[in-house]
Amino acid sequence: MSHPENASAFLKDQSKAKWHDETLWFVRDKRDRISKTVPEWESLRNLASQIKDNVLSNLDNYLEEFEKNALKNGIQVHWAKDAEEHNAIVLKILKEKNCPAIVKSKSILTEECHLNPYLEKNGIEVVDTDLGERIVQFLNQPPSHIVLPAIHLKKGEISELFHEKLQTEKGNEDPEYLTHAARTHLREKFLGAKVAITGVNFGVAETGEFVVCTNEGNADMGVHLAETHIACMGIEKIIPRRKDLGVFLRLLARSATGQPITNYNSHFRSPATGKEIHLVLVDNGRTAQLAREKFRNSLKCIRCGACMNTCPIYRRSGGYSYGSTVPGPIGSILSPGIDLNKYSSLPFASTLCGSCSDVCPVKINIHEQLYEWRQEITKAQGTNGKSLSMKLANGIFRSPLAYRISGKLMRIALKNLPNSLIYHPINSWGKGRNLPETPKETFKEWYHKNRS
Amino acid sequence: MSSREQILSAIKGIERESKQLPDIPEFPQTENLQKVFKDSIQGNKGEVLSAIEFEEWIASLGDQKIISVSSRFPNLSTIKLPSDPHQLNDLNLAIIDGQFGVSENGAIWLEEENLKLRALPFITEHLVIVLDSQKLVPSMHQAYESIGSKHSGFGLFIAGPSKTADIEQSLVIGAHGAKSLRVVLL
Ligand code: SF4
Repeated sequence: MSHPENASAFLKDQSKAKWHDETLWFVRDKRDRISKTVPEWESLRNLASQIKDNVLSNLDNYLEEFEKNALKNGIQVHWAKDAEEHNAIVLKILKEKNCPAIVKSKSILTEECHLNPYLEKNGIEVVDTDLGERIVQFLNQPPSHIVLPAIHLKKGEISELFHEKLQTEKGNEDPEYLTHAARTHLREKFLGAKVAITGVNFGVAETGEFVVCTNEGNADMGVHLAETHIACMGIEKIIPRRKDLGVFLRLLARSATGQPITNYNSHFRSPATGKEIHLVLVDNGRTAQLAREKFRNSLKCIRCGACMNTCPIYRRSGGYSYGSTVPGPIGSILSPGIDLNKYSSLPFASTLCGSCSDVCPVKINIHEQLYEWRQEITKAQGTNGKSLSMKLANGIFRSPLAYRISGKLMRIALKNLPNSLIYHPINSWGKGRNLPETPKETFKEWYHKNRS
Repeated sequence: MSSREQILSAIKGIERESKQLPDIPEFPQTENLQKVFKDSIQGNKGEVLSAIEFEEWIASLGDQKIISVSSRFPNLSTIKLPSDPHQLNDLNLAIIDGQFGVSENGAIWLEEENLKLRALPFITEHLVIVLDSQKLVPSMHQAYESIGSKHSGFGLFIAGPSKTADIEQSLVIGAHGAKSLRVVLL
């Protein structure tokens, strides 16, 4: 299914779509407010971007340095060229440890590799321990947002789900009550798991240590109770020096949720006595993306989610409409590199407004790359039929109110359209947009008045 | 060729312009480290106490399972530190020394030598971190300067209690780890 089709499905529930839109905007607003309290915010973004540029230009050397130091620290390092190999490495460790059940904290990489279904097929119970991830796991869904996995669900739905799965009181929708029920349920899982899997936010070449950030403390709870810690890390997560963490940790949580830092920021350097740490370094398309000069920058992403929260399309179409592991603007430039055909509608799921690039803490030129992908996709379709890009454009612009009423008329209409019409289900996403502030006059009118 | 070699040689084969690693400059710093630090901890839903307030609070607690690994309050433990963290599932309170605090965000640095058991600050129901008020730095840049090249198998910044907002963005404290954080500023 293409993005516009999925988006229409999301917009069927008007009030939920509106809630989704407003809630993500609220998170975006929190990010704005906290970033303004840091006078050097823009310098930090520049630094982060330059550090990542340097990493990408020396990735091979940094990976070797990182591996050497990690080995010296007693970490066991594995390399996986693709998802299949990554999954096989993890399974092999679990078999060696005779481990029938694992706990896992948030890792977008393991989602990308579809680790859960693979392990389950091989008879291993996988428990996602991040609350949002546990919720979507109960529903057999992937996360719909990389930082807020269950943002597409309302508390009533979660209450019903927990009533069924965790025997909570029927109809009790209190978030605190529900969270504490999950706490009790997951505590048992933590205490029972011999192996814990985590993602990695940053790997430091200079020291061979890696950093994992959470607010819930679930990564640490799993890892420190288990005998074996498996950390899965994309090769682009390297940073050169320990002090670079100062730059990235100042940016990450502020960009993600508008808080000054995540409550737990753990630096793993050596296994505790008698325990093991395995680190799996994964390529899975990253070197291919590195080779695409125009799209190389996308590998700088630190997965803060800010581009999703700000994106007018994401907010109004939901994470699932993208059909890719990483949704939203960044997902729309990463995914076509993985499978151009499957994800060819994603670069068109954008207004090219550039808000994503404006908020990105590592200054990825996201909207320019979206535009570049459109060119690539148009080229790739070539003379083939009506050319896919046209079809996509038709899919997107097919009868959306916002595009049918154009020009001057639009500016009048926007001021007077009630929400009920904007969020109306017969509206596909183009219509579902909360319409922008309208300028009093067009640029053309303004130009004529002032310049002619 | 192993996957390691394949990945590394694939990267080496990609022509890339060399890009310099930037220096991290000094940024203007806040003056009032203590006030900013306290505000940050409160913003993160933690609490800051003086030594007296802390002692009063401790005295007000009934029969509790407490482990103190703090060098400042060595006599507060009511149970012994086990070697297996699984035995701490019903621990009510852990008291741990922090090395230094970061004003801009309330983050407190702790290392394995402070924790004794890595699981301790997570598995406990409530957490107290004891911190010298002289040991505050303005931002994360000075924080990493303070850590320097010191080697610890495990180190972490704790900035507040365990929290989540995964249900409709409503903030709930006590997701998995400690349900409260008290910082005793000496
Ligand atoms: S592209 Fe930038 S804004 Fe989007 S998730 Fe990555 S780092 Fe955050």
